[in-house]
Amino acid sequence: MSEAATLAADEAFGEYLASHENKGLLRFLTCGSVDDGKSTLIGRLLFDTKLLFEDQLAALQNDSRKHGTTGGEFDLALLVDGLEAERQQGITIDVAYRFFATDKRKFIVADTPGHEQYTRNMATGASNSELAVILVDARQGILVQTRRHSFIASLLGIRHVVLAVNKIDLVGYSEERFHEIYDEYQQFARNLGFETLVGIPMSARDGDNVIAGSTNTPWYMGPSLLDHLESIEVDSDLAQKPFRMPVQWVNRPSSDFRGFAGTIAGGAVRPGDEIAVAKSGRTSKVARIVTMDGDLGDAVAGEAVTLVLADEIDISRGDVLTALDARPQVIDQFAAHVIWMGEEPLLPGRPYILKCGANSVRATVTNLVHKIDVNSFSELATRQLDLNEIALCNLSLAEPIAFDPYDENRDTGSFILIDRFTNDTVAAGMIRHGLRRATNVHWQAMDIDKQARAEPKHQKPCILWFTGLSGAGKSTIANLVEKKLHSLGQHTYTLDGDNVRHGLNRDLGFTDADRVENIRRVAETAKLFVEAGLIVLVSFISPFRSERRMARDLVEEGEFIEVFVDTPLEVCVERDPKGLYKRAMAGEVENFTGIDSPYEVPHNPEITVDTSGRPAEEIADEIVRHLSERNYLK
Amino acid sequence: MSVARHSHLKRLEAESIRIMREVAAEFDNPVMLYSIGKDSSVMLHLAMKAFYPAKPPFPLMHVDTTWKFRQMIEFRDDTARRLGLDLIVHTNKEGADNGVNPFQHGSSYYTQIMKTEALKQALDKYGFDAAFGGARRDEEKSRAKERIYSFRTSSHGWDPKSQRPELWSLFNGKVKRGESIRVFPLSNWTELDIWQYIMAEDIPIVPLYFAAPRPVVSRDGQLIMVDDERLSLYPGEKPQTRVVRFRTLGCYPLTAAIESTATTLPEIVAEMLTARTSERQGRLIDHDDSASMEKKKREGYF
Repeated sequence: MSEAATLAADEAFGEYLASHENKGLLRFLTCGSVDDGKSTLIGRLLFDTKLLFEDQLAALQNDSRKHGTTGGEFDLALLVDGLEAERQQGITIDVAYRFFATDKRKFIVADTPGHEQYTRNMATGASNSELAVILVDARQGILVQTRRHSFIASLLGIRHVVLAVNKIDLVGYSEERFHEIYDEYQQFARNLGFETLVGIPMSARDGDNVIAGSTNTPWYMGPSLLDHLESIEVDSDLAQKPFRMPVQWVNRPSSDFRGFAGTIAGGAVRPGDEIAVAKSGRTSKVARIVTMDGDLGDAVAGEAVTLVLADEIDISRGDVLTALDARPQVIDQFAAHVIWMGEEPLLPGRPYILKCGANSVRATVTNLVHKIDVNSFSELATRQLDLNEIALCNLSLAEPIAFDPYDENRDTGSFILIDRFTNDTVAAGMIRHGLRRATNVHWQAMDIDKQARAEPKHQKPCILWFTGLSGAGKSTIANLVEKKLHSLGQHTYTLDGDNVRHGLNRDLGFTDADRVENIRRVAETAKLFVEAGLIVLVSFISPFRSERRMARDLVEEGEFIEVFVDTPLEVCVERDPKGLYKRAMAGEVENFTGIDSPYEVPHNPEITVDTSGRPAEEIADEIVRHLSERNYLK
Repeated sequence: MSVARHSHLKRLEAESIRIMREVAAEFDNPVMLYSIGKDSSVMLHLAMKAFYPAKPPFPLMHVDTTWKFRQMIEFRDDTARRLGLDLIVHTNKEGADNGVNPFQHGSSYYTQIMKTEALKQALDKYGFDAAFGGARRDEEKSRAKERIYSFRTSSHGWDPKSQRPELWSLFNGKVKRGESIRVFPLSNWTELDIWQYIMAEDIPIVPLYFAAPRPVVSRDGQLIMVDDERLSLYPGEKPQTRVVRFRTLGCYPLTAAIESTATTLPEIVAEMLTARTSERQGRLIDHDDSASMEKKKREGYF
């Protein structure tokens, strides 16, 4: 009989397998500065829990000779640095997930990079972790990076921390040095909200206090890292929280079954429980908890189930089912901590897609309350947010969503922001609290609507949005169009870029952030005129696609007519009616569109006109014809 | 036997189900790539759970190189029939007509034409915007950093530098026309988890995973099964019957067997726990270079 067959036949092995099936799961992340030995530590855990196979060891030996930093010895870090670019540069530039298991637990480790420019990666690793192992080099002690990592871990809601004082062999296994570092860290971490904090002296390279205690540190009485990871209780009280289930998918295989599929985000549910739909307030009772393994008598946070309700009420993807007595907030404005992950900066006023649970809605940051310096924790005023920066922001959504503060529920209190053009994930957010004014300011329903207001004017209200470079001829054409419309008896109004900057927008400058706000105010104002039944002419450089898109989204389909005044830059520079190009090229005016600030050409404007070599009069006629052919003029 | 409620397997199961539901809800035209192996079996089982009592709202698709083990094909057709699911089988016809095979063309060219190209053809032909795959992060080093939603350009390329950050369980499913994602719901499962789950949930798998007497030849230290007459024997080479099984399944000329007597699931798990080589060792296409998987993925491999 083979070794394996003998083993399989053994009764104790059966028990062993059963215990393996029932063991728990701990997700943790490791973080530390560049050379603190994170990758080496994980390599050590994999090596000592015997999850390395002979062929992997052979590959490691080969790699160690090629790229190793240990002079031909096994370089354990090479086990975890996966991508070719990283192996060559000897740094970790992405989050890597590693797995190992002992008899008691399975572990998922997120190995995250230490450099400041990878804050986003550390936040990614922390978002799904229950515990953080923060490494420090015993020779270096607490560094700026240590503080940054601790802060990010705390921000992402991690409540259990191990301070791994690594390379203890290089300070002669000094008890005094260990306590010096541990004490300093405890002082500093006081306000970070950690429920447990354990300091462990270790050498990841040699294995001291990693898997088992070490004879090199007889003065250390605490657990080894693995002992601690195997035994720490991280079970959150999520199951005791109020019931929440975001509906992911409506299950409707036939007319006699209608179930709501989702993962329970908080609390527990039983058949017979009364529940409400957070947004509509409608209520029903849970009739069944359906799974392929049979109906359940109850289900708790973390379980993926399908609920059948007693009544036919309107529920779709994105709705949150909730306990009756403790409901989430349903609001369209809230304050949140945002970690910016986009290459382009975050600009207040620019619209993004916000995804929270199964909900996707349009959202803008209305105000950057303050930016947080992740090294000193000080709060700084700011008008934009760059890659890897963190700020407290106020956000405004196109419609209300149901949520809980992040501290109460990670699942219903977290969101991501998605750029509407590149589709990139540009931010991660943690909701702190709803903003009161959103609950108190309700929409006032109006009896006279815009159709009623437009009717006596014999027109369909709309915005003619003229965009193009300075000197392209936007204002000249808009002026002519308005004259012609006026003579036809139409009711119009023009918002001109320069004129508006003398009043409504006189507090704004020409930075990217101010340009976005400039356009937002003009677009909102134009919308009010549309509501009043007018044909609005807006003449603005409006260089960014996303702001023009925002203006378009404010009004209804067909109410926004983008007119691209496509005059080549050379022609504009030559015309230079206000002498601005000359000054911009002399460096006297900064952020000038076309010179040192970009103009993003419209992709699908309703009307494109080239003014070079054509009289403005003719172009104006063409635009009026466009309006009349499409029934804007009756 | 079923899995205890708060065990790691139950948590992995819930995570995978959540991912599948999210894709089904957000994408127009998803597909599940079904490779017939143990990971695919687990993935399919999870899909049946995720949408129960409905059927999974997407078809299965098998990219058939024409060199799969015969028992795999039988098992594939039985499974689709048993579960009542739509099965699409796609072969790179041009490659097959040109007689591309692993012997004369080398494993890397063959894989490129009959697997990578075939997969791209199939995804384009049906316009799938999301494709589930059973890959796991523990399989290979470059997979450790793979996202659960792996973003692919309209030419199916994978750029490790432009993958989107994934926080919490919030997945960004926005793609432009022509772009797509590969989705890996088993990302956080290990080989051991897979076997324990198969055992606990009693999931059917291809019999080749269990030891049995089979005709094999030994080439470069690897045992290759003589599954049909297309395996041309070297002069003097004679198939021997040995008791073998497979830890991983693929194209039979590229998948090495191991000598084993494990005929039950507990025996397989016991053998795994005492194993000294990783499962990928049986895959002959990984050996060229330690970064070879990364290269293949950039070209559109799963």
